[in-house]
Amino acid sequence: MTDTVQITIDGVDVRAPADATILEAAAKQGTEVPTLCYLETLTAANACRLCVVEVAGARVLAPACSRQVEEGMVIKTRSARVDRARRMVLELLVSSVDLSLAPELLELADEYGAEPGRFGDAGATVEHPVNTDNGLYVQDLSKCVLCYRCVSACGDDAQHTYAITVTDRGFGAAISTEFGVALPDSACVFCGNCVAVCPTGALIVTTEYDMRQAGAWDEGAQTVTRTICAYCGVGCNLDVHVQEGEIVKVTSPFDHDVTAGNLCIKGRFGWSHVSGPASPA
Amino acid sequence: MDLRHLIAQATESERAAVDRLLQAEGFPDLTGTPGRTAVGGRTAAARRDLLLPALHALNDAVGWISEGGLGYLCEALSVPPAEAYGVAAFYDQFTFEERAEVVRVCDDIVCGPYADQLIAGLDGIEVERVPCLGRCEKAPAVFIQQPGFRRTEIAPATPKAVLDGEPTSVDTHIGVIGEPILLARVGTVDPESLDAYRTAGGYQALSRATDDGAGTVLDRIEAARLRGRGGASFPAAAKWRAVAGGQGHKIVVCNADESEPGTFKDRVLMEGDPFAVVEGMTLAAYVTGAERGFLYIRGEYPLAERRMVGAIEAARSAGLLGGDVAGAGFAFDVEVRRGAGAYICGEETSLFNSIEGLRGEPRAKPPFPTQEGLFGLPTVVNNVETLVAAVAITMDKDGGSKLFPMSGAIARPGLYEAPLGVSVAALIDAAGGPTTDIQAVLVGGAAGTFLLPKDLDVTLDHGTEPPLGSGAIVVFDTATDMVAIVDRIARFFRDESCGKCVPCRVGTIRQVEALERLGNGSVERETLDDLAAVLRDASICGLGQLAAEAVQSALDLELIGVRRD
Repeated sequence: MTDTVQITIDGVDVRAPADATILEAAAKQGTEVPTLCYLETLTAANACRLCVVEVAGARVLAPACSRQVEEGMVIKTRSARVDRARRMVLELLVSSVDLSLAPELLELADEYGAEPGRFGDAGATVEHPVNTDNGLYVQDLSKCVLCYRCVSACGDDAQHTYAITVTDRGFGAAISTEFGVALPDSACVFCGNCVAVCPTGALIVTTEYDMRQAGAWDEGAQTVTRTICAYCGVGCNLDVHVQEGEIVKVTSPFDHDVTAGNLCIKGRFGWSHVSGPASPA
Repeated sequence: MDLRHLIAQATESERAAVDRLLQAEGFPDLTGTPGRTAVGGRTAAARRDLLLPALHALNDAVGWISEGGLGYLCEALSVPPAEAYGVAAFYDQFTFEERAEVVRVCDDIVCGPYADQLIAGLDGIEVERVPCLGRCEKAPAVFIQQPGFRRTEIAPATPKAVLDGEPTSVDTHIGVIGEPILLARVGTVDPESLDAYRTAGGYQALSRATDDGAGTVLDRIEAARLRGRGGASFPAAAKWRAVAGGQGHKIVVCNADESEPGTFKDRVLMEGDPFAVVEGMTLAAYVTGAERGFLYIRGEYPLAERRMVGAIEAARSAGLLGGDVAGAGFAFDVEVRRGAGAYICGEETSLFNSIEGLRGEPRAKPPFPTQEGLFGLPTVVNNVETLVAAVAITMDKDGGSKLFPMSGAIARPGLYEAPLGVSVAALIDAAGGPTTDIQAVLVGGAAGTFLLPKDLDVTLDHGTEPPLGSGAIVVFDTATDMVAIVDRIARFFRDESCGKCVPCRVGTIRQVEALERLGNGSVERETLDDLAAVLRDASICGLGQLAAEAVQSALDLELIGVRRD
């Protein structure tokens, strides 16, 4: 049995594992704290600050995703202070980044009463050309909220390829390869694990990107079939997304204990032969 | 894991610069080894902390970071090129475009009024406008970097001095209210002589400490109520005790990344009394049981760096650093690490990341440095002045003596020492009074707050209003355009934000924009207040948390934001 601590969340006394984060303890109690950069399979980047909560006695708000519970901690997951901070984080994001492929975030902004329009039309926005330098995925960094997920997935948390980094500083900080070289010229192995973890569609598989551009992407008309990748013996689970009888995308479930959502280039992208022209006999 | 390395090849001078650094650190000499031989593997990768020094070596040698140069050090240190690129791109001093030299002209809140005229006199040579260079008492300040390991600081700068690349040598004016304790040796004792330091009472504190034992030293520091002089005012004894009680290897870090606009006290201490800084670090090491020390000094302080390196080498030769410090039976040594132009690296956890060869972004706290600091080890991190004060306290000197770097519209800009509790008015008097009528005084630098002339009788201390911060005092006369000053402060935070967290990355740019609209007659107090709230409450580190303080105080005092139409 693990050690537990006594804490109070929104006025309710609960016991939580001593090594739990506030986010985990709150979830166990049934209280949802909004997150953006956090993903269970990755090290918490603690960057977006959407999950901030009030901890009694603390000078500033605490990030629920990465603050560990402590004995006697009194936590408020909602308060005027918390809501103001979250509303501002959302205002800052919505006013600076193209969140058209992150509808949940836009809904959350509405819920918190964000008014991104008040910064005026002249406010700085994140602008990058769409990068289609390879045939497998598209980088549209104007949609990037700099959550660090792709960098973690490419690096220490999953792939250990280290093809991408955060470059520059401040508002100019952006995801990049070394010297901004094209992805095929970088260390990228096209596993697409960065695409899998991107929360805002800044990284998107080319099939989906092209269909969205053509207005043909229709998630409501898609079926998702779980299967096991046949390329090797590891046993990665695949979720095959099919629209109108054609495979349009392959992902892997984050809660699968073999992949934790990760795949290799073959599992994620090696399916065009399924509906492609028949090979010569 | 196999790294994919770059194809571009380093030049001879790039290789030589990196090789010299790495071989001094025990890396093998690969001269004559064919092709792309990888040596070291995990051993090399474990020295990721050499990434920043290696980038400096390239930049110092050839003036920029080329693809070949970066690729060479990535191979040598087994660092993925993308990561090394991201680290290099983080710092203002590194560029990926070839250049002959770079002339950096300070255009911050003190030097700003001189910058345009100075630049106009420079025959059109290309300059970079940079934030505070820490020579406010000798404004305007210029810092020149040239290939071939040449760094020149010029203050006060004239167009001729800049074009000639001649350093101007004007001593910083030193003033004292009461007894000089921290500045006792500055300007009077040869900073390059260990003997002179010892003759002037140096190393008596360490000797007394080792005689009395660590517990007694801690009690003295605690009784003197010494609090951090970098700006956060954290009780020094609490940090030392926490690390002393920690297990395993421990580290002492001296934070000499002084970059708060208007602040130059640590520079003067390091230039004028470097052995006291070394003794302070050694004292902290003795008390806490740390074996390794790091001095992280800002990259724009070449003279201070030279003096510190000289003091460390002299102390080592004299057995005051090394395997058996002063024959007292403990080991301690100090490595010097140079910053590369990033205010955020003065934040303690960003400083750790910077030393470790990562981007200088702050870490979440807790865990605090005393628990998991540099390299994950229990770490004492103290400001330069704090360590020098600890040395004085060990010799029963008053622990409440504080340094106040003073600049702007006063008769004698300089570094002043006075007891905590001194009033701003008394400090301004000590500095010869204002040159003309005062419009406002900024206390604590860009992260500080403004005072109006009627409020100058307030006293300065830890934990009272206005916040003491670094102790910097900048006086603005009635001719000063306060809108421009506040705008410069807001741009400072926008430019220096590391970009990791949303409140600071986007909030600091929105603050600049809202202030611009304010200049156009629009009053957006609510927007500025909301930005201040999210910056203060939800930013990861002190940079973001304090990024709206000066702006808010200027608004509160109606120094800006009042319709004058």
